Amino acid sequence: MNLKDVQRLLDAEVLAGRDYLERQVETCCGSDMMSDVLAFTKRNTLLCTGLTNMQVVRTAEMTELSALVFVRDKRPDKDILVAAEENMLPVLVTGYSLFEACGILYGAGIRGCHKRSK
Amino acid sequence: MGDSKSVKIAFDCVGGDFERAGEASSKIKKMLQRLGIPADIVRRIAIGTYEAEMNVIIHAGGGNVAAEVFPDKTVITVSDKGPGIPDINKALQEGWSTAPDYVRQMGFGAGMGLPNMQKCSDEFDIQSAVGQGTTIVMCFKHQSEDL
Repeated sequence: MNLKDVQRLLDAEVLAGRDYLERQVETCCGSDMMSDVLAFTKRNTLLCTGLTNMQVVRTAEMTELSALVFVRDKRPDKDILVAAEENMLPVLVTGYSLFEACGILYGAGIRGCHKRSK
Repeated sequence: MGDSKSVKIAFDCVGGDFERAGEASSKIKKMLQRLGIPADIVRRIAIGTYEAEMNVIIHAGGGNVAAEVFPDKTVITVSDKGPGIPDINKALQEGWSTAPDYVRQMGFGAGMGLPNMQKCSDEFDIQSAVGQGTTIVMCFKHQSEDL
């Protein structure tokens, strides 16, 4: 599936990176802890998060996330969207909670990016 | 490979400046991409550098982030004159952190930074003295491990 499918499934609004919505999504991570995103995600992972600060965009840049989805209708400041555009990073916002957004994407076939350690 | 064949870039980072935190790592990442370093290695360097940059901004009141790119490897050196780390072995354990609550609210301070730097780099060295500061050196070979 691509980011347009994600947008439709999550009834999301696109705040940045409109030109990159054809990007494919295979794995997803739901977290407000950027330390974990830096340690455990794979390239091209989609991140669902309730955190809307600059560190989310920086973390996405370093780990090469495919896009950000802000949950619970949380909207970032404009400078964060400018930074996202500069990094060709699509940013979506959904009214669903983190749990619901991840559940919807999992139900649609998206899988996690972290191997279970038991 | 002599030093004359390397490319150097260095940045000072201001402690507590979370708006600009990550700029040094971002610039280093873009330089490595321009130099044609393989993408999977650039990603590992960027993650390790960003973890170290965040540490000096969070814990050390600022510091210096430097990259030196040789034909066969990149060396990242991150140094500060902060409080130092009393017990390095403890600091290298996953989950051990002294980060204050406001840092955790920004999504950091899970105690994953130093272990992740070790995981990302091919060689990792940390020197620290209480009251004097900390220096981290990470070496990344340009030949992909996946080959």
